[in-house]
Amino acid sequence: MIPAFLPELVLLGGALVLFAISLGNGRAVLARRAVLFVSLATLAASAAALGETSTLFSGAYRVDAFSQVLKLTLSAGFVLVVLAGGRLPDIRVDVHPEYHFFLTTSVTGLVMLVSCVELITLVVALELASFPLYLMVPMRRERPGQRVQMESAIKYILFGVAANGVMFFGMSYLFGLTGTTSIPGIMAKLAGATGASPAGSDALPLGVSPWAIAGLSLMFCGIYYKLAVFPFHFWAPDVYQGASNETAALISSLPKVGAVAVLARFASLAPPEHATLAQVFVLLSAASMFYGNLVALVQTDLKRLLGFSSIAHAGYALLGFVALDADGLRAALYYIAGYLVMILAAFTVASRVSRDGTNVAIQDLSGLHRRSPLLALTLLVSMFALAGVPPFVGFTGKLTLLSAALANGHLTLVILAVLNSAIAIYYYLGVVREAFFRDASDVSPIPLDFPTRLLCVLLVALIVALGVAPEAVLARLSAAVTALGLVGG
Amino acid sequence: MTTPISSPGGLPILTILIFSPLVAAAVAMLLRSERLLKAWTLAFTTGAAIFSFALYAGFDIRTAEFQFRETAAWIPALNIRYDVGIDGLSLLLVLLSTLVMPICVLVSWRAITVRVKEFMVSLLVMETAMLGIFCALDFILFFVFWEAMLIPMALLIGVWGGPRKIYAALKFFIYTMAGSVMLLVAILALYFWDPNHRTFSIPELMGRNYGVSFQCWVFLAFALSFAIKVPMVPFHTWLPAAHVEAPTAGSVLLASILLKMGAYGFLRLCLPVTPHATHVFMPWVLGFSVAAILYGGLASLAQSDMKKIVAYSSVAHMGFVTLGTFALFLWGPGSSGGFLSDAMDPRGMGLEGAILQMVNHGVTAGALFICVGFAYERLHSRELSDAAGLGKRMPIYAFFLGAFCLSSMAFPGTNNFIGEFLTLAAGFKVSTWMVLCIVPGIVIAAAYNLRMLQTVAYGGTANPAHEGIRDLSAREILSLAPLFALVVWVGLNPAPFARVLHATVAHLLEQVRAGAPFSP
Repeated sequence: MIPAFLPELVLLGGALVLFAISLGNGRAVLARRAVLFVSLATLAASAAALGETSTLFSGAYRVDAFSQVLKLTLSAGFVLVVLAGGRLPDIRVDVHPEYHFFLTTSVTGLVMLVSCVELITLVVALELASFPLYLMVPMRRERPGQRVQMESAIKYILFGVAANGVMFFGMSYLFGLTGTTSIPGIMAKLAGATGASPAGSDALPLGVSPWAIAGLSLMFCGIYYKLAVFPFHFWAPDVYQGASNETAALISSLPKVGAVAVLARFASLAPPEHATLAQVFVLLSAASMFYGNLVALVQTDLKRLLGFSSIAHAGYALLGFVALDADGLRAALYYIAGYLVMILAAFTVASRVSRDGTNVAIQDLSGLHRRSPLLALTLLVSMFALAGVPPFVGFTGKLTLLSAALANGHLTLVILAVLNSAIAIYYYLGVVREAFFRDASDVSPIPLDFPTRLLCVLLVALIVALGVAPEAVLARLSAAVTALGLVGG
Repeated sequence: MTTPISSPGGLPILTILIFSPLVAAAVAMLLRSERLLKAWTLAFTTGAAIFSFALYAGFDIRTAEFQFRETAAWIPALNIRYDVGIDGLSLLLVLLSTLVMPICVLVSWRAITVRVKEFMVSLLVMETAMLGIFCALDFILFFVFWEAMLIPMALLIGVWGGPRKIYAALKFFIYTMAGSVMLLVAILALYFWDPNHRTFSIPELMGRNYGVSFQCWVFLAFALSFAIKVPMVPFHTWLPAAHVEAPTAGSVLLASILLKMGAYGFLRLCLPVTPHATHVFMPWVLGFSVAAILYGGLASLAQSDMKKIVAYSSVAHMGFVTLGTFALFLWGPGSSGGFLSDAMDPRGMGLEGAILQMVNHGVTAGALFICVGFAYERLHSRELSDAAGLGKRMPIYAFFLGAFCLSSMAFPGTNNFIGEFLTLAAGFKVSTWMVLCIVPGIVIAAAYNLRMLQTVAYGGTANPAHEGIRDLSAREILSLAPLFALVVWVGLNPAPFARVLHATVAHLLEQVRAGAPFSP
């Protein structure tokens, strides 16, 4: 009999071990091995606990189909992030154990986040996931004249704290309206008739009162910040650029999965019959797509380009929320899981092409197909996947999103989304152009160690497999979304 | 994948044909020696070409049903199926694709010297995508192949192309991708049209009673992506760049197969799915076709680069294809006793002509690009003036070039004559004035072809740069000979090719007639 919260236990234990390791000096290699072991153990634990269902801590923490499939996704992502980090060339060696400790702590927060069904627990988990990231950004090695990581870290924290403040404010509205912090409790109250509604009308459910809408909208802001949805995106390109390649790989991938998961939990509170929230999603989605894609067109730094593209992808993910139905949420979760793999592939290439951890300009990629065919292939697949070209997961994900949005009649938004695909292809193709079509003067081969080669093959295989054979994943996600218990059914 | 694949013969021929190139590509990645790699790719593509004749042998010409049908659930969560099958239209294009592949390998034998392995893998992936497009009967499957094909093609142009390869590859990719984003929206709109029976199945989405404005929007979304692919005249600007910069094998694939995908899209999707809109937009498409014939011819006449001459002539020839496709006259006498055989409905002239013309252009333009490529390998120039008098050193080359130029100008007895004759005959039924407008285009076609032939075969005095140039090698002759055989064969005896089309075309006519806005 395994405990339902085995993955959390493994992660907490791992974090404690890493903390102990960080107390000594010169233990970078040991810490690296330990974090790899912890990530693999977490993956195994999540797989073992996949079918568990349980309710813990007086209903504040729920282990169900939804949480378990996301825990599996997150822990798989954890392994990939650890592999992508490699030897952390751009982090000072003496803080490697601390870096790995923070990494594990952040993943612990995310893994707990997807199980939280109570607002205060959820906030604690969210902060546990966020604060280590704030610390990891400035851990980048300092170079003469380069302290951009400090600026990035400050921006990251300030925006994060401000967004959290707005989120707490929204939560206080919901608490005030319903008198409970439990999400199922809030859901039941919002769906019920308006006994205590300030509006006073008795026919409509409480969920459609202006106060509830305002509370939900404000609460979503904290998540929009995590996802980097326009206009909560300002930190993303700067943090991607300022953080080391490995940290940026982490920030761009795992927290987005957590954010979409929480947004799916919150969205299950929103009454589908009320159009206001859906309209907000439509507006934010369209604005994010256009802003991210248009600004990405003129970028020259690869990480900054990926930063703006992440804003556009947050917009695509929001397409799944405009319908506020099960198909849409499933599509958003599937898309973000695919995005995790695609963006990690892109950052893996960036971190291996970079010379001792500096940022990679798009021009530095020229001739990559001669320097390292495997990296070039990984880059090609990840760029075309991000652009939404079949048969990769980016296409299948976009197809599920568009189909879910169109099923609810959002034709205009769907057309805007495909127009954005057409815009985005230009800058993704610009990256491919450098790597494949441009002949470079520098043809020194890039040596790859075995874990990197394994990682590249794994990522390419995942991008293709998730795109071509998504049935198993979609079925699991359907079950997961059902476990959310949507208001609309 | 719950339902097993069902195929009448037991052997899933189409699935094998479509996906075996991927397996061959995986094998090719393991090979170390370049010679072995080329030999393997040649052997595989030749084997696939021979294997594909099993389709012709087993094809039932009496029915318009999709044959060799294989269907299985693919992504049940999204209602997407793996569904392949062929009718007469797809049969000819599948055979053309498999035939062109070994020729592409042959012409690349010496021309490709760097990254041979990646080149051959790209070619093989292309084969999978091309065959997939012509066989897919599920809209999403079709779209997946339609877009996936862009990646290997862009690589073929961008990595192994000429001096302006980056510009050409990006333009090709962006143009085609941008054109097809609306295709996806149209596909989804069709899917959601009937809430009680949502399906991506292409045959099931035909013949539904869609509203007129719905049909028009879907038609426009389809037509944009297909018109870019064909390419019809305002959307053709990617084509000269891509053709000129691509390596010879890439040009052959573009001309022979990729342009056919656009025309195939019109025939497979626009006509039967949106018949009413087809009638609404018929005059427009016919107008653009006439413009393509005239403009393509004039532009070709003005070029000095041989590859551009052939590239622009493709625009003109594809104009005949779209002309034949949309020159629909539905209620004339449907008597038997047609030009080709008793079984042909004369009202299907335009459609049969268009389909034959697709194959003919694939053969002729592919062969002409190969001829230009052979000249380029010897002269390192594609300028017509540099090739002047080349025929004196290369009599065999001059023979082949002559044959293909005559075919390109639709000389009687060659393949293009049959196709153009049928499309023009159908055009006459629709509008005499339209055909009178085309007549100058036919004269221009003769002019640019004869100009090229005259300059290369007879032109100029002895050019010192031509010293020591050798005539075609056995390998080069082998790559042109099958195409030459087809030029003559289709030209003199088109019946074996037209025969497989009769039932398909009659069924297509029936579908268009059923959805037409008026009846006599």
